[in-house]
Amino acid sequence: MVERMLIGAGAGYSGDRIDAPIAVVRDLKASGERAAIIFETLGERTLALAQLRRRDNPDLGYEPKLKPLLTPVLKDCVQSKIAIIGNFGAGNPPAAAKVIGDLATELGTTVRIGVVTGDDMLGPEGIEVLRASSNDLPDAKLLVSANAYLGATPLVEALGEGADVVVTGRVADPSLTLAPLIHAFGWSYDDWHRLGQGTMAGHLLECGAQVTGGYFADPGFKDVPQPENIGFPIASIGRDGGFVIGKAQGGGLVDRRTVAEQLLYEVHDPAAYLTPDVSADISNASIVELGGDRVRVDGITGHKRPDTLKVTVCYDGGYIAEGEISYHGPNALARARLAADVVRKRSPKDIRIRCDIIGVLSVLADDSGHAWSELDGFGEPTNDVRLRVAFAGNDKALVERGLQEVEALYCAGPAAGGGIRLSLRPRIAATSCFIPRSAVRPKVEVVEVRNG
Amino acid sequence: MVDSTTEMQLHAIAHARTGDKGNRLNISLIAYDPALYPLLAAQVTEAAVAKRFAWRKPSSVKRYLLPKMYALNFVLDDVLDGGVTQALNLDSHGKTLSFHLLGMRVPVPENLVKYAKLAHAKS
Repeated sequence: MVERMLIGAGAGYSGDRIDAPIAVVRDLKASGERAAIIFETLGERTLALAQLRRRDNPDLGYEPKLKPLLTPVLKDCVQSKIAIIGNFGAGNPPAAAKVIGDLATELGTTVRIGVVTGDDMLGPEGIEVLRASSNDLPDAKLLVSANAYLGATPLVEALGEGADVVVTGRVADPSLTLAPLIHAFGWSYDDWHRLGQGTMAGHLLECGAQVTGGYFADPGFKDVPQPENIGFPIASIGRDGGFVIGKAQGGGLVDRRTVAEQLLYEVHDPAAYLTPDVSADISNASIVELGGDRVRVDGITGHKRPDTLKVTVCYDGGYIAEGEISYHGPNALARARLAADVVRKRSPKDIRIRCDIIGVLSVLADDSGHAWSELDGFGEPTNDVRLRVAFAGNDKALVERGLQEVEALYCAGPAAGGGIRLSLRPRIAATSCFIPRSAVRPKVEVVEVRNG
Repeated sequence: MVDSTTEMQLHAIAHARTGDKGNRLNISLIAYDPALYPLLAAQVTEAAVAKRFAWRKPSSVKRYLLPKMYALNFVLDDVLDGGVTQALNLDSHGKTLSFHLLGMRVPVPENLVKYAKLAHAKS
């Protein structure tokens, strides 16, 4: 009987360090223990972008970095029985499975791939369910994607059928970790205490380096060794649900501080962290440093899972444009403020506009410009600032017209503005709703690609 | 004996991280030393945080205490200009706002000053 299992994180988001999985797999392999590696690559809007790619080409719509992420580790994982579990299927898990199968052929290894679908709610039946649950869904023709957050169950099923790799679309991030634990230990689906612990182990892993010194360094206050080469996390989880967070070889660190920051990341009520699998409870959690970049988290439990599943709905959100211009030297701030005033007065009234001054107030302002009245109170005076103006609206021509007013600052704006850059892009908007669990029917298919 | 205090930024006594979901922001605030936790709990109230973020007009500020982790968790509603898919803000996730909270100044009693981190980084 397996008494404990190691789970490593190979990616915490779509843009993560591409070489991170290599050290994780090396360490998992060297441990000789039962192990799995998870890849979390789906943000709120990532799936909508994937759907747009799939519309253009039905063979696409999965995580674009899938192949470079898996190429260095797939063969090792399959041979060492390290399960790979990832939501890198994004908007097209079957297409991702095809890529993985082809990669296995290139590498000369046989692979069993479990494909989990059923999260996509964009069909007529699904949309009806969404409409019954939410009053403020956008018009059907504007919808780009609608995906329910699946739980661990279908992933456990895929692992049960011998999958070496499990590829999913939208799945609650911690479920990627919980699934191999349920599979290995045979935890019951109403063992809320263990499910709560496994879920929070998954929560700590799902953002990759964010628990091992990534997104943490504050020089002189919170220093991180070798931040250019952070070892991604590896959790050791016991049959009883207790776990220790460690990390792969390399830089970074795991201590009380890194674990506390990540344990509370995106948490609202600590007594009720909701996933499709459980309502996890960290209100009594305590963090114990074991030394050597190993930290145990005690006191986690769980309660009955929610009756509903969350659906993220993405839709056509019109256009967003940004224009920037720099001012340097004496009176730079006054010239930048004047430029903002000119653009505001000349831009179309039916689009949203916002001005920021990079170098003084790049992120703390507000759309109305109210915070600007206290501009002098934010930080030191500076003689080098960059005005940023953002526009948004559904009418592309009006948004372009606003942007043109930034461009026109060259000849008609205040003195000596330089370095104008302009960009315009379509925008995906998102909303969410909750639907009955029974309205979602996950599907699991396991395919084997034989080589050699 | 007269209790004297030194005013310090939260940055000297705690660390923080934000997370976003839609138009809702959470900010964890974690004491560097367990001895500093009661000070955080006493000084960094819901009202104080609401005031610190007043210009973003939060519709509610809720605080959760985690004494065993020496941590506080704040949940601020409607402070992200609509959230990551709606905001015109450069930082539509609100990721930089943890350090805005850490810029808040609080009085630290003399007997706790020894637990504070005083910058030894180059300024």
